[in-house]
Amino acid sequence: MKNIRIIPRLDIKGPNVVKPVQTEALRIVGSPKELAHRYYKEGADELIYLDIVASLYGRNLDFELLKSVAQSIFIPITVGGGIRSIHDINNVLRSGADKVAINTYVVKHPEFISEAVKKFGSQCIVLYVEAKKQPNGSYEVYTDGGREKTGIEVVGWVKKAIDLGVGEILLTSIDKDGTRAGFDVELLKKISSFSPVPVIAHGGAGNVDSLKEAVLEAKVDALGISSMFHYNECSISKAKDYLAKNDINVRIIS
Amino acid sequence: MIEKPTIAIVDYGVGNLYSLIGAFKFFGVDPVVTEDAKTLEEADGVVIPGVGSFEAGMKGLQLRGLVDTVKKIAKNNKPMLGICLGAQLMLSEGHEFGIFEGLGIMKGKVSHFPPLAGNEKVPQVGWNTMAPPENNAWAESILHSHQDSDQVYFVHSYILEPESEENILAFSTYGGHRFCSAIKRGNIYGFQFHPEKSGAAGLKLIDNFITLVKTHQ
Repeated sequence: MKNIRIIPRLDIKGPNVVKPVQTEALRIVGSPKELAHRYYKEGADELIYLDIVASLYGRNLDFELLKSVAQSIFIPITVGGGIRSIHDINNVLRSGADKVAINTYVVKHPEFISEAVKKFGSQCIVLYVEAKKQPNGSYEVYTDGGREKTGIEVVGWVKKAIDLGVGEILLTSIDKDGTRAGFDVELLKKISSFSPVPVIAHGGAGNVDSLKEAVLEAKVDALGISSMFHYNECSISKAKDYLAKNDINVRIIS
Repeated sequence: MIEKPTIAIVDYGVGNLYSLIGAFKFFGVDPVVTEDAKTLEEADGVVIPGVGSFEAGMKGLQLRGLVDTVKKIAKNNKPMLGICLGAQLMLSEGHEFGIFEGLGIMKGKVSHFPPLAGNEKVPQVGWNTMAPPENNAWAESILHSHQDSDQVYFVHSYILEPESEENILAFSTYGGHRFCSAIKRGNIYGFQFHPEKSGAAGLKLIDNFITLVKTHQ
């Protein structure tokens, strides 16, 4: 079995890492540069860096801030927030990103996925999905940092995006985000059961058992984790040790 | 011994150079990023980076008139490091969206992963180990310090298939399939993985390459 990737996620607003709770109440967590460096040193397999208001305000993320974060981090970085052109992707890649995560713009312009994949390769284009459970049990796609409803159902949307060429899915449960109450295993299963491309679970990581559950039950390829690491509830190495003890392959650094 | 070597990164329009530049700077070397043939020929060591398709990579080199330059540099056995697509271009033939001629620094082709055990996903995205084809095969190479347990970062759908075993420096296994993860000919190296994205284990290989550039005869 291949390695499960542990990916700390930094939600960026202005100069800070913040942590939304169910994408609403924001709390300042710390400096992007310091947190990123700490996670890199502790053995993070990749980093996710998302400007959570860029899209809402229709502006670009802060490239200089991204550069300052990326310069001392020698692991892959996926960056998202307000990306809406090939030019934007170029700028993000030149500022230190390896992959870009896009939600809002491709929901409105799905054809942009194929355009971006043709130019940069599918390994570079990550579909970011913010999903919220509806009273009828289905999941709906939200945009703009979880603020806008779209009326689009998640499973169909992910299938379409895979057909258009995305290389990875970052799947956030809005209901679980920031709650530390465990992942939305039902949501994750709905996608990982058919996805031929890797799925990164996000939203709800609370303790090491919740990580194990997402891997063994929902069969995801990677775990996106924010609060649990931000508030020092558990270190990256502790999380990895626990998974390794449960026969889940992870990268242990010496 | 060259105290302050010039290392040139070939800029042919593909890939993220930011972390690659950062990795060299980490060891006190400020690399030159260039598409100028003369600068490449005068450098003490050359790096061919790259992410993207084989065809796009060769086109990028052709457009800048760099194909013969890179071949010539390789002929002189100047230390050279190809990374990901940069390593693939070092072989003679790429089979991605058609068949395309590569640089031919080493004989061999670049092919898609075959169907994998357990329906393992392609591209391989993530960390993996490497092993030498035989004991001590790394002793005289820039992998000399690399441990069997060290992991490096891969993102690729296509694999290196050098014709001659002599050019195989390392193997890795993904989805039950053993593939060549590093190639070598003299002072010329090609890595399928990204050393600049592989944490401390990858940085060490960059450091070893710098040492090669400083000390090669």
